[in-house]
Amino acid sequence: MPDERLSERAAERCLLEPGGLSPASLERALAGAWSRACSYADVYLQRVEREGLSIEDGVVKDASYDLEQGLGVRATAAEKTGFAYSEELGPQQLQAAARAARAVADGSRRARLPARRPERPPPVCGGDNPLRELEMERRIELLRAADRAARAAGPEVRKVTASLAARHEVVLVASTDGVYQADVRPLVRLNVSVIAERGGRREEGSWGGGGRYGYGRLLEAGAAEEFAARAAAEALRNLEAEPAPAGAMTVVLGPGWPGVLLHEAVGHGLEGDAVRKGTSVFAGRLGERVASPGVTVVDHGSIADRRGSLRVDDEGTPTGRTVLIEDGVLRGYLYDRHNARLCGAAPTGNGRRESYAHPVLPRMTNTYMQAGPHAPEEILASVDRGLYAVGFSGGQVDITSGKFVFSMSEAYQIENGRPTRPVKGATLIGDGADALRRIRMVGDDLRLDSGVGTCGKDGQQVPVGVGQPTLRLDGITVGGTRQHDG
Amino acid sequence: MTAEAAPAARLEACAAQALEAARAQGADAAKVVLDRGEGRMVGVRLGELETIEHEREQQFSVRAYYGRRSGAAGSTDLSPAAVDRTVAAACAIARRTEEDPAQGLPERDWLAFEHPDLELEHPWDLEPEAATEIALECEAAARADARIVNSEGARLATWSGIHLVANSLGFLGRYPRSQHSLSCCVVAAAGDGAQERDHWWSAACDWRRLEEPAAVGRAAAARAARRLGARPLKSCAAPVLFEAPLACSLLGHFAHAASGPALYRQASFLLGRLDEPLWPRGFRLVERPLEAGGVASAPFDADGVRTRERAVVDDGVLRGWFLGTYAARRLGLEPTGNAGGVRNLALEAAGGELPAAELLKELGRGLWVTELLGQGVNPVTGDYSRGAAGFWVEDGEIAHPVHEITIAGSLPDMYRGVAAVGADRDRRGSMQSGSLLLERMQIAGA
Repeated sequence: MPDERLSERAAERCLLEPGGLSPASLERALAGAWSRACSYADVYLQRVEREGLSIEDGVVKDASYDLEQGLGVRATAAEKTGFAYSEELGPQQLQAAARAARAVADGSRRARLPARRPERPPPVCGGDNPLRELEMERRIELLRAADRAARAAGPEVRKVTASLAARHEVVLVASTDGVYQADVRPLVRLNVSVIAERGGRREEGSWGGGGRYGYGRLLEAGAAEEFAARAAAEALRNLEAEPAPAGAMTVVLGPGWPGVLLHEAVGHGLEGDAVRKGTSVFAGRLGERVASPGVTVVDHGSIADRRGSLRVDDEGTPTGRTVLIEDGVLRGYLYDRHNARLCGAAPTGNGRRESYAHPVLPRMTNTYMQAGPHAPEEILASVDRGLYAVGFSGGQVDITSGKFVFSMSEAYQIENGRPTRPVKGATLIGDGADALRRIRMVGDDLRLDSGVGTCGKDGQQVPVGVGQPTLRLDGITVGGTRQHDG
Repeated sequence: MTAEAAPAARLEACAAQALEAARAQGADAAKVVLDRGEGRMVGVRLGELETIEHEREQQFSVRAYYGRRSGAAGSTDLSPAAVDRTVAAACAIARRTEEDPAQGLPERDWLAFEHPDLELEHPWDLEPEAATEIALECEAAARADARIVNSEGARLATWSGIHLVANSLGFLGRYPRSQHSLSCCVVAAAGDGAQERDHWWSAACDWRRLEEPAAVGRAAAARAARRLGARPLKSCAAPVLFEAPLACSLLGHFAHAASGPALYRQASFLLGRLDEPLWPRGFRLVERPLEAGGVASAPFDADGVRTRERAVVDDGVLRGWFLGTYAARRLGLEPTGNAGGVRNLALEAAGGELPAAELLKELGRGLWVTELLGQGVNPVTGDYSRGAAGFWVEDGEIAHPVHEITIAGSLPDMYRGVAAVGADRDRRGSMQSGSLLLERMQIAGA
C-alpha cells in the first residue's frame, strides 16, 4: 500500500512540475481568489488517463487512450460561488482562474488567508496503475476468455461484446480551510453483454464489475468467465420470460445491486444541497422515523478498493462512515464543505466533482443497508404471491415529491414461497418517504454490488457503490404489461 | 491575426500537425476531430446571484489507421508536445490491435469538401451583470405565483465554439456554433405541506430565439403548481397523451434503434424491418441536418461525410437507417452522414397536426403524461416500462393530477398506435415532435 506522502509526491510530480507550478503557486492562487467577504476558496488539479478496449464476437472492435487534465478554482462568499477552470496546468492559467473566481464571489479587496491545519487519512486502495499494468495482448486475451465463456452457455448466444475500461486519476486539492491533499484513484471495470436469439425472439443480458485496483485482480478472480456466464444466463432467461404483472404487490429484493433502491429512495434526498435549500422531502426531519425498525442505512466512502471509495473527497476532506438512518430513524445528511458551512454542520467527506471542469456537489460514495436477522429463504417463504427482483438496470428520483423508480433486469414470480417463472423487465415505482416503511423483513446476507454504479446529478457522472441484504417490501407498484389478478 | 481568427487558425495548425505526425509514425491514414469553445453560466436563486462559471473547453481526438487496423486517442491538452504524444498513443494502439475490414476513412466522394454556411454561430456578448438580470427576471416571474414557495433557481448559459474535422484525404471542414439556454426550476406547495417541483427551459442556437425570461419563469411555476394534489391511479389500460418534450424521447428511442451500432450488434427491435409499415399511414420522420440555425444542424458528420435532408419514415414505412462510415461498412450499406448522431429529426403527420387543446378532447378519457422517470426502455425488444406523472382526463377535461404510476407497452405497438400529433412541436433538441396521442398503454398504480 502506498503511503499518503507518496501519493502527494506522485501528484506534485504529474500535476505541478510539468507546468512549472509548486505548492507555493497554489498558495498564491488561493490568496488571489480570497477576499474579505470570501468564506472559502480552493484550487483543484486533476489528471485522468483512460484506456478502453472492446471486442465484439471475439474480434477487437475498438481500442483507445485519453488524457484529460486541468485545474479549477472556486471561491465562495455566503451562498455565492465563483468558479473558473482551465485545461492548461500553468501559473498564468492558475492565476487567471483565481481572479475570475474571486470577481464572482465578491470583488472586494484581497485579505490574509486563515491558518491551516493538515489532516492525513490512510489510503483506501493500492497504488496500482492499470494503465501501466497489462499488455494489450493480455487484455485482448482476457476479453476473448469472456467471449468463449459466454458462447459456451448455449447455441442461442448470437453476439458477445466484452469491454475493459480503466482509468488512473491523480488529484491535488489545496484550500483556505487548511487542506493540502492528494489522492491517487485507479479504477477498472469489465463488462460483458450477450444477445441471445431463439425462434426469432432476441434478448440481451449483461453483467459487469470492477473496483479501485488493477486488471490483475480481475484476472485472478476469474472475472471474465464469471461475468460472461452471468450475462449469458440472463439473456437465455429473458428468452423464457413472461410479461411482468402490473399493480401493487409484495416484492422481495435480492442482495447487492438492488441496493440502488436506497440510493434513489432516500440517498439523493439526504444530500446537503437539497437539505439546505429545503427542496428535499427529507429536509428538517432529523430524529424522525423514516423507515421500519431494524433498517439502518450508511454511506461509507473508505471501504477498501470499492468503486465508490475515496481516501479524501474532492475538497480534501477524509471520507468515512456516515449513518443516515439508524433503526428506522433519520440520523444524518451528506455534506460537502459549502453546504455544511451554510447548515452549521460538519463536512462528511461527500464533496465530489466529475472533473476539474465541474463544481463540487454533495454526492454519495458507497451507500448500503446493514444486515438484519432473517435468512433469505425464510423471507421468500413468507410470501405467497409476489415478485422476486434480483437484477436492476438503474433508477431515478424526484427529490421534492420523493417519487422514485428503478428498472428490473432479472425478476421471478413468487408462488407459494418459492421463486418460479422469470418475468420481463419492468419498472418499480415508489415514494421515498414511504418505501422504507414498507420494509417488512431484512435479510442476514448483506452484499455490496459488483462495482458497476455510475450516478448522475446536474449533468455530472461519478462512480458509486450500493449494497443491501435481501429485503421484503409490501405494496410496491410494479409497472408490467399484464393485468395483475389478485 | 485577429482575435477572432486565432482559435480557428490554432485548431487548423493543430490538425495539420497531428496528420503529419501520424504519417511520420507510419500510419496509412488518419482522422482528427477538434473542439474548442468558451462559455459562461450564471445562476441565481431566491433573488440573489448564486453562481458564475467561466467555461473553456478544448478536446482533441485522433484515429490512426494501419491498413484496416486502427487506434484512437484523445487529449484536452492541445500543446504541440501533447498532440505528438496523443498521435503516438493512437499509432501504438493501432499497430498492436487487429484487422477490422470495416475500419478506414470514408470514400473521397462522401466527404463534404464543400458545404453551406448553416448560420450556427450567434455569439452573445453578455456581461455577467446583464446575464444576472435576465436570470433574476426569469426567476422573479416564477416566484410571482403565490403557490411557489421555494426555488432551485434560474440559469442562463451561453456557449460559442468551433468544431473541426480533418483527415489525411485532404478534407478539412470546420464551422463555428453557439448554444444558449435559459432554465428555471421551482417548488410549489399545497396547504397540506406536500411539495411538487417542476422546471421549464428554452434553448436555441441564436439567443434572439430564446423565449422571454418571464415566459420561461411563468411556465416553470405553472408546471410545478398544476401537479399539486396528485394521487396514484388504479391499474388500468387507457389511451395516453405524451406531452411534446416526452414525445421527443419516443422519437429518440426510434432513432437509437435505427442507428448503426444497435443494428450491427443485433441489439435493435427494428432489425430486419426496413420497408415495413411501422407508423400509421401518412406519417413522416424527416431529418433536416442542414436547417439554418437549427439546434442540432451540421453540414458534415463526425467522419466529415456530407449530411442531407431525407425522410427516414415515409407514409409510415421505414425507409432508411442512421449510419456513420464504420456502421455502414459493417452492414454493407452507404453511410447517411450520421456518425456522431441524428440531427433535427421531426415527426410530421400528413393529415395535419392538432392544436394542443384539441388533443385533450381527442384523448377523451385517459392519461396525459407530463413527466417520465427512469430508464425502463429495452432497445433490443422494444419493451417499455417507465415511471410517470401527469393528469387523468375525463371527457376531454383534466380531472386531477396523478403520480406514482408507471406506463408500459411495447415500442412497435406504441408507434403503430399513434392516433394524433400536436402542432406544439418542441424544437429545443435533436428530436422534434409535437404531443403524441397513443391508442392504449398499460398503466400500473395502487
